[in-house]
Amino acid sequence: MIAENSLGDRLFTIFLYLMMALLAFLCVAPFIHVISLSLSSNAAIKMGAVGLWPVDFHTQNYQFVLKEPQFMRSFGVSVVRVVFGVSAMLIMTIMTAYPLSRDSVPMFGRTPFKMIMLFSGMFGGGLIPTYMAMRSLHLTNNFLVLILPGALAVFSVILVMNFFRGIPVELTEAAELDGASHWDILFRIFLPVSLPVLATISLFSAVGHWNSWFDGVIYMDEIRMWPLQSYLYARVTSQMIQKSGTAAGGTAERMGQSFNELTPEGLSTAMILVATIPILLVYPFLQRYFVKGLTLGSVKG
Amino acid sequence: MDSSVVLKEVELAPPAAPKVGRAKINWRTHFQQHWPLYVMLIPAIVSMILFRFYPMWGILFAFKKYSPVAGFAKSPWVGLKNFSRFFSSDYALPILRNTISIAVGKIVVGQIVAILFALFLNEVRSHFFKRTVQTMTTLAHFLSWIIIGGMMVQILSTKGAVNQIVTSFGLEPIRFLSDPAVFPWTLIGLETWKEFGWGAVIYLAALTNINPELYEAAAVDGADRFQRMRHITLPGIKTLIILMSCLSLGGILSAGFEQVLVLYNPVVYKTGDILDTYIYRVGLVGSGGMPDYSLGTAVGLLQGGVGFVLILVSYWLADKFANYRVF
Repeated sequence: MIAENSLGDRLFTIFLYLMMALLAFLCVAPFIHVISLSLSSNAAIKMGAVGLWPVDFHTQNYQFVLKEPQFMRSFGVSVVRVVFGVSAMLIMTIMTAYPLSRDSVPMFGRTPFKMIMLFSGMFGGGLIPTYMAMRSLHLTNNFLVLILPGALAVFSVILVMNFFRGIPVELTEAAELDGASHWDILFRIFLPVSLPVLATISLFSAVGHWNSWFDGVIYMDEIRMWPLQSYLYARVTSQMIQKSGTAAGGTAERMGQSFNELTPEGLSTAMILVATIPILLVYPFLQRYFVKGLTLGSVKG
Repeated sequence: MDSSVVLKEVELAPPAAPKVGRAKINWRTHFQQHWPLYVMLIPAIVSMILFRFYPMWGILFAFKKYSPVAGFAKSPWVGLKNFSRFFSSDYALPILRNTISIAVGKIVVGQIVAILFALFLNEVRSHFFKRTVQTMTTLAHFLSWIIIGGMMVQILSTKGAVNQIVTSFGLEPIRFLSDPAVFPWTLIGLETWKEFGWGAVIYLAALTNINPELYEAAAVDGADRFQRMRHITLPGIKTLIILMSCLSLGGILSAGFEQVLVLYNPVVYKTGDILDTYIYRVGLVGSGGMPDYSLGTAVGLLQGGVGFVLILVSYWLADKFANYRVF
């Protein structure tokens, strides 16, 4: 590389590293601060004494959160949602991408199908017609509403289709000569070499499912059935707190005197941070597929 | 090579060139051999019909005066009255203005920060340092607005951490979430904070494709760091910048539904209410009574229709200026 010897260059380098470190710090500082808040005493929080380190350390917020039945239930709903949602998306994506990618085989209606699929990704009925349709399909108050409508993710299909297209034709042709059916080609040739791209769409879809909350809020009447992020929405936004029915103070009293440091803020903070843990766990894997995942984030399929 | 294999390849050759094969397809043998291709598309077709096209009949709500008591069939047709109701209301202008200005603000500020960040991070030599910075700056992208919003409500409150710093300088606390003049900037700022690291990923990926010899040649010619950034790095991602700008046009009527829904409150409706939140409040929640399905659908159709045209235009522009195609 180029040697940096002049004084100006050295100053620039120092400035550069400082600026980048500062930016990175600005991105994580809010998390550290909120973690500290969730572990500090009320008195310290009210005095504004909590910065980036807990004051009067205690873990009551977390103890309480992990004993809160609805929180744990919603956590479970979210886990189940991720497992089934990703599976449905994966099956749908693979099955749709394969026929579209086999350009060497002429197919009746392939191009119109692609156009219609793309159109369906760009234009929909809108919020209210979609809500009405889900209701008339008996999908409201039904767990499937969290899984099925999102299973066909148009941009995942396009990503996988383009990847399938890049598989050398020689491989496919040799298999066809050996009498391989389309199922053989898909399962024995295409899928084994596509694991990285499938991992990409699965991870991004998992994060999407974990983070979704609006569908839970509008389609499920009972908080009992809400995924975790919908439940957090109820806790975090003030106007919905009555609906959730469990104001922190009341529940704390019900559970006895041992939780004397609980506040609604402390509890929501602890809940938020617990809900972040699954993302942190998959984050290192996500990072490996950043660039592949770029095309996925652009549009919700 | 075995001559029989060559023969078979010759026989197989026509389907490989679809233009030639198309006219001569024997559909009977075609379906016998290739039916799995069609079967595989069934789930996608069913899914599209049920979840994308079936809801579209509900667009008709926009042209009716829907009453849940009368039901869909018996509700009277009213033509374009729902649209004129929206445009003649006091909400139409502020909501359109808020939506577009917040969306444009997010696109412009977000892109500039992401590009500058990518340009400077690209100058960092240490891979470990670069990687660490990227890890820290992209994390927030993967968290929902519930998480981020819940945190920020505490941090940005009048007694929160940021205002503690502000007041320590002897300034008045800033009401980030309850001052109508500040709120749109809070939205833009938080969006940028959450997304700039992710936005930079695509630029950093493109920058790795720039030939290092260009930098060395420029250094030999006496170009300093800034000149190299200006004349090599920046041109290297010029097409990408144009592409991202074109594509962002499609999102101009979506100012970030989930973010606003989590962060806003009636005090800042004047500057913070956007199309999506208005549709949700009017059409599904209902303010002080029954939800107005028809009005909500009409405004939603307006947003969806214009949005669709904008996406088409953005793709067309992207194709024209950056040779970008979805398929």
